[in-house]
Amino acid sequence: MITDFQLRNASTLKKIILLICLVVMLIYVILILYPLFNMVVSSFKTTRQILQHPFSLPETVSFANYKTLWVDKGFANYFINSIIITVSAMVFVVIFGSMASFGISRYSFKANTLVYMLFLSGIMLPLKAAIIPLFLIIKKLALVNTRLSCIFIFIAMGIPSTVFILAGFMKMIPKDIEYAARIDGCSDFRIYAQIFMPLCASSIALVTIYNAVPIWNDFFFPLVFLQSEKFKTLPVGLSSFFGQNSTNWGLLFTGLSIAIVPMVVMYLFMSKYFIRGMIAGAIK
Amino acid sequence: MNGKSLRKTGTILMFVTPGLLIVVVFILMPLLMSLFNSMFNWNQLIRAEFVGLENIKKLFNTYPYKERFFNALGNNLRWFVLTMAIQNTLGLLFGYLMARRILGHEFFKRVFFLPVLFSIVAVGFLWGLYLRPNGLLNAALAAVGRTDLQHAWLGEARYATLSIIMVNIWRWIGFPSLVFLAAIDSIGQEYLEAAYLDGAGEWQVFWKIVFPLIIPAITVITVLTIIGSLNVFEQVYTMAGLDGAPNYATDTIGTLFYRTAFGSVDSGSPEIGIGSAISVVIYLMTFFFSLFSIIFTRSKEVEL
Repeated sequence: MITDFQLRNASTLKKIILLICLVVMLIYVILILYPLFNMVVSSFKTTRQILQHPFSLPETVSFANYKTLWVDKGFANYFINSIIITVSAMVFVVIFGSMASFGISRYSFKANTLVYMLFLSGIMLPLKAAIIPLFLIIKKLALVNTRLSCIFIFIAMGIPSTVFILAGFMKMIPKDIEYAARIDGCSDFRIYAQIFMPLCASSIALVTIYNAVPIWNDFFFPLVFLQSEKFKTLPVGLSSFFGQNSTNWGLLFTGLSIAIVPMVVMYLFMSKYFIRGMIAGAIK
Repeated sequence: MNGKSLRKTGTILMFVTPGLLIVVVFILMPLLMSLFNSMFNWNQLIRAEFVGLENIKKLFNTYPYKERFFNALGNNLRWFVLTMAIQNTLGLLFGYLMARRILGHEFFKRVFFLPVLFSIVAVGFLWGLYLRPNGLLNAALAAVGRTDLQHAWLGEARYATLSIIMVNIWRWIGFPSLVFLAAIDSIGQEYLEAAYLDGAGEWQVFWKIVFPLIIPAITVITVLTIIGSLNVFEQVYTMAGLDGAPNYATDTIGTLFYRTAFGSVDSGSPEIGIGSAISVVIYLMTFFFSLFSIIFTRSKEVEL
């Protein structure tokens, strides 16, 4: 197309500028991929090898480091905690978020705008800064050092953006569908659960990724509320592991690989969904 | 109220209440309580007498709060300026190049977005290792014969904050890139084609057509950068520690706030009054800077 940047047919100056741009982009690609490659390679090396030959490949490939971390250092446990917390929070983000979106977008009532605004006010303001009262609330509910503390907070953090995205989508679904269902004797809840939810499937996939990635990666709230070794999530576990083993480079790189590689593998298969999901909140 | 509208109210409540309740208890209530708490003296976790704006005044005027606060705020400002200048500018460039289908654009798009998905903590620790005095970056400098450029990147006050900001930019460039890509893609191709057929040059096409039309995306990215810069915490925690080592050179409002709330500034016990005052300041700055940038960019917006 005429609007595509192509090297062919371009003037010399344009060619040079495009080539410079390509080089800059390639440098960034290398800056992304090489450190990741080096991280995985280093996880198979000893501290000595890493420090003396930082760029060399490992002499042998042994998974001993991985076994040490996964079994002895409790990474299996961290992983399970992260999964439990992320999945439970996301289930309720989707259920409560979509219910609220349905209520706001499909009924007209006096407080409609106010309720919508209450939900939206949670989007922009960073909850981290409210950690003191949040801590007092969680303490009062006797949830300190339980997974529920983080699950509740993550549900609360996920609902505003879910309402923003889903209510916008549900508003565009024609009224006729609802009327037809109502004439057939459908209850309001069945209209929501059996007609609207399937219609919103693609938007629900977006909000799931939009919220699940930050929840999975979140560090601050588990750091504050999950002090006990038993409940630590992967980022917090990684952090305390780094504090305790700061000189064993091989193990440190193994810990990082365990934290990062699963995300890379998932991304390889679903990059389109990850990209669309993560930028869903920033574009309309 | 008759039976029908009562039933309607019940139905609406059923849908809206569970979500609203959780948002109110875990987001809105803590926000209001921060404001409330900041106006009291605190004895550890016990609220004492009402002092009004004393805590905020103390934060701005008294040692050591004043020194720590403005030192941290200065660093947050550096975060914002450098992120806008490097990350978002490169993001705009990359997004534009990909939108114009430069060679390999699908490949670049996928690779650029990869680090965005990593946890800040993992990225911070990974680069923390690479930036150690005996880490990969210095080894690479030695390999190309530039040992004179080697530094203790996170240990020298001059480079520490800059290094941490660069690591964060490394992780995040893909995000503005793809937001701008999506924004430019949503401009109809016909406008660009028409401009070309009328003989407009590249420079004109970008500044006269593309740029004015993606101002909403620029607003979003700017507001997100403001929020992100005011809430830097994990990056400093993982690469420099809670105290913002060396000698508070990397301290930010986020780490200062955490120390005040849970550890304390230079003494040892949590100071809830001052901590709440800091959070009120964070909220006010987030709100007003975002509002200001929205008003500023909106005045530049155009419609087709």
